[in-house]
Formats: sequence, C-alpha cells, structure tokens
Amino acid sequence: MSSIGTGYDLSVSTYSPDGRLFQVEYANKAVEAAGVAVGLRCTDGIILGVERLLHSKLLVKGANRRIQSVDEHIGMATAGLLADGKHLGSRARDEAANFRETYNAPVTVQVLSDRISGYVQAYTCYGSVRPFGISTLVAGADKTGPRLFCIEPSGVFYGYRACAVGKGRALARTELEKVLAKEGGVSVREGVMEVARMLSGLASYLAPLAISLSRSTAVESVKNDVLAIHLVHDDNQDKAFELEMTWVCEESGMKHAAVPADLLAEAEEKAKAALEEGMEED
Amino acid sequence: MNHHPAAWGRPLPASASFDMYNPQFSAPKAAPAHQMPVAHTQQPLVTGTSVLGIKFDGGVMLAADNLASYGSLARFKDIERLHPLGPHTVIAAAGDMSDFQWLKKELNAILREEQALSLTDSHPSLSPSNIYDFLANLFYARRSKMNPVWNAVLVGGWDRVKAETFLGYVDLLGTTYSAPTLATGFGAHIAQPLLREAFEAKAGTDGKGPLMTQQEATAVLDDCMKVLFYRDARSMNKYQIATVTKDGVVISDSKSSETQWGFAEDLRGYGAQTQ
Repeated sequence: MSSIGTGYDLSVSTYSPDGRLFQVEYANKAVEAAGVAVGLRCTDGIILGVERLLHSKLLVKGANRRIQSVDEHIGMATAGLLADGKHLGSRARDEAANFRETYNAPVTVQVLSDRISGYVQAYTCYGSVRPFGISTLVAGADKTGPRLFCIEPSGVFYGYRACAVGKGRALARTELEKVLAKEGGVSVREGVMEVARMLSGLASYLAPLAISLSRSTAVESVKNDVLAIHLVHDDNQDKAFELEMTWVCEESGMKHAAVPADLLAEAEEKAKAALEEGMEED
Repeated sequence: MNHHPAAWGRPLPASASFDMYNPQFSAPKAAPAHQMPVAHTQQPLVTGTSVLGIKFDGGVMLAADNLASYGSLARFKDIERLHPLGPHTVIAAAGDMSDFQWLKKELNAILREEQALSLTDSHPSLSPSNIYDFLANLFYARRSKMNPVWNAVLVGGWDRVKAETFLGYVDLLGTTYSAPTLATGFGAHIAQPLLREAFEAKAGTDGKGPLMTQQEATAVLDDCMKVLFYRDARSMNKYQIATVTKDGVVISDSKSSETQWGFAEDLRGYGAQTQ
C-alpha cells in the first residue's frame, strides 16, 4: 500500500488530508481477497455465478452458499465477508418485502439496488461502525428486462452488462468482455457454459493461491503466482472449490433459481475439459 | 337514553329531560380519542358464504362459490375464495372478504420469504399443517385482542413428508378442529351431513375403510354446492373446486349446477302473487 493511514485510518468518520476514507479502502481489500463472483446479463435472462473456495474437506457438500434469493425475481451474490453478505441479504429481503407491501408490486432491480446501496453507504458515515467488507452483485429480471448492479463497500452502485468482483476479477472481466463481444449476444444457456468455464479456470488458478496466501503475506503474492501454477497440477486442488450458479430466465419461469444440477454438471465437465486442453498446449 | 359510547357511564342529571333535538343529548361532543373505548371490527361487511372440504383417496378437495355479498346484496360475482399457498396447500375462506384479502397478502409474503431462504438453507417448504398452525395462532391472538380476523378458513393440503392429506378448520374465535369432511357456516348445517354420509358410506364411521375416489368426491361436492344454492340465500350457482394431491394444486374453472325451479310455480306466500 502506497500510503498507510498514518492515523487517519482508525475511523470511517475521519477523512485523510487528501480526502480519502481509509476504512472504506481497507474494506475493498477484504473484497479483493475473496473468491470471485460473476454476473452476466444475457439476451434472454441473467446469470450469477460464484466460485466457493472450500477451506475444509469436512464441509457439507453444497453448504454455505454465497448466492442468496432476495425476492422471487431477484438474487444477489456477494464477495467478501460471508457474514456481512448474509446480513445484507436479510436486509435486501426486508426491503423487497417492504416494497411489495407498500406498492403491491415486485420491486425493480434498480430500486432495490438503490435501497441496499443507501444502507451500505450509511456504514461509511459513522465512527462507531465498520463498512461492509463485501461487494454485492444484484441480478434479476423485472418489467424492464434483465438487470445487473454491483454495490461496492463505499455504497456506490453501477449497472452492468456483466461484472466480476473478488479475487481474480480483472481476469474474469476480460473474459466477460470477450463473451459480450460475441455477435448476436449470448443466451443464458451459453452464458452458463461461459461462466462455468471462467470460474473453473480462475479457481484452479486461485484455489491453491488462496491456500498459499493464508500461509504467507500479500507482499509475496508474486512468488505465489509461480507457486500457484505449479500447484494447479496437484489433483487434490481440483476439489478445493464448488461452483455455484443461479439464473433468472424463461426456463426458470422468470424466477431466481439454482441452475439445474444436470446443466451445471455438464458446464463443469466442459469447463474442465477445456482447461485440461489448454494446459496441454502450455 | 343516550347510547353514544362517549356518553357511557354518564347518566343524565335527574333534572334533565331527554330531548333528541337538543344537540347536548342527541349529538354529544366526541370525546378525545384516548377517552373513547377502542372499537375494532364489530361486523363483517363484504362476505363470502360457506366453504366445503372433503378428503378422498390420495388427496383433498375444497369448494367455494364465487360470490361476495354486501349484506344481502349479491355485490361481487367473480370472487375467488380458494387460494393456493405454495405447491401443496390451498385455503378457502368464508366471512369478511377484505380480511381474507389481507390474509392472502400476509401469507404470500411469508411464503415468499420462505421460498427465498430455501435457496441458501435448503429447508423443506411449509407443510399444510405449518400453515394451519400459523393461522390458528394468528386467529386466536387476534380474537384475544378483541380484533378478530373475521373469517372461517379451511386449510387443505398434501403433506409431502408424511405422505398424507391434511384438512383443518379455523375460525375467527381461534376454534380449531380437523375432520375428513368439513364445512363452515350454513354449510355446517346443510352440507356437512351430506358430506359425512357420503364419506362414511365407504370409509365407515371410524373412517378406516377405503376412501372415496376423486370422481366420487367431486360428485358429492357438486351435489352439496347445489343443495346449498337451493337453501342458502347468500350463495350463487357459480363455484370452483380446488384439488390437492401429491402432484400439486389444481383449481377448477368456475362451474354451475343444473337446477330445477319448476316447483316454485306452486309456492304461495312469497313475492308478488295475485292469489
């Protein structure tokens, strides 16, 4: 880090002399250390995907999901502190239910994102609290079509055609740009394949990195990159993550639902095959 | 005598004589809100009449007509009084229709939240008996606050875990009971004996025999709805039947019974007659 807070990083209610809020920037660091989450807006729906890094082999399969349902037609994926994500999910469900109660209509993704962002922003204003250590992807389909928003720890939110947050987001964003550049757009079914491919690729690259990172300091990450590439070949590491994907599309009845297990398995198989092919070329 | 609540417990002075044209007596000043007795719903306004329920082999059926009356006026003729809750439960409501609409909104919100949470928690969805117990608690709590939810509700459903049917009754007093055939209101007098007769004809009085088939259950409900239409002045010859089996909920289109009114020619004593 170029400038350590020098006393201005103790409270989020104090600016540094050059106008920064260090606690918010540190919160972003927590996001950058987390497993990647991807959102992709397709021609006929929208997809959320996360790579759930497994820290123990004793975990129940499929437990501790990072994608939550907010309302029938909206889901959210978080990258960062899981407990913060759970709390924000609970708040988002309250907001969505409150909107329905008031207006007797489903909340739009934009309005919901606006409300959540207001809540997140409030945690950057007071010395007594810490900002949320998560970036949140809010995805859903409403009367305006499929929509995707990303809310950052500062409380700022932007709409996206595709977005990735968490560790390895730069790689994922490059991949997403390629996917979106396809002529005629990409359907949800194609999107599932693409997201599975990029998540599996990232995970096999990052999973060992996560383990090695926990043993070392961030400063050594360059060395770890080299280490990581070596570790990719360790068979055990391939099992150190689970792919998690949900969508909102015609096939799910325009409801937020888990991508069917068989389709997800197929996508994972394809992703693995493509990955191994790529490695042989190296 | 002044019956206005603001004048309760304040008898007129002996010297005063009641004069209904004197505003002091006929229109007492409204007392400040905190001095007024709290008055919640004292009567239903727009009402639905009786609803019926019966168990059959592999499922349960509920029936209700499409009428919402405003007093004795047949005010709304396309009201659906059967409401699905999740994949395996239906409720049918008699009584105040605005309370029923509120109830649907509350229950839908609860089910929506359960549905949302099930993605992360993977817990089983609410069973018919869960929904029934919730309603029983709600109705009893509300009547204990002297603010009843003015309905009699039948809950019918298929319990996926126990693989059995469910049928229960709960009303505005918080009264609950369960039976293989149920009817609310006037239907409890007119239709319940017919339902029981048909049910016990096959299952026996102990209910241990074979249950009636879906066709037989539909037939007996059709019959009961017809009899109710003949006898119940708040009913209408347009009704729906909801069927819940392990495969889910089906709510029929509205249908009518064939009725004969020829006998009415010879009736004397009602309406305009010349002799």
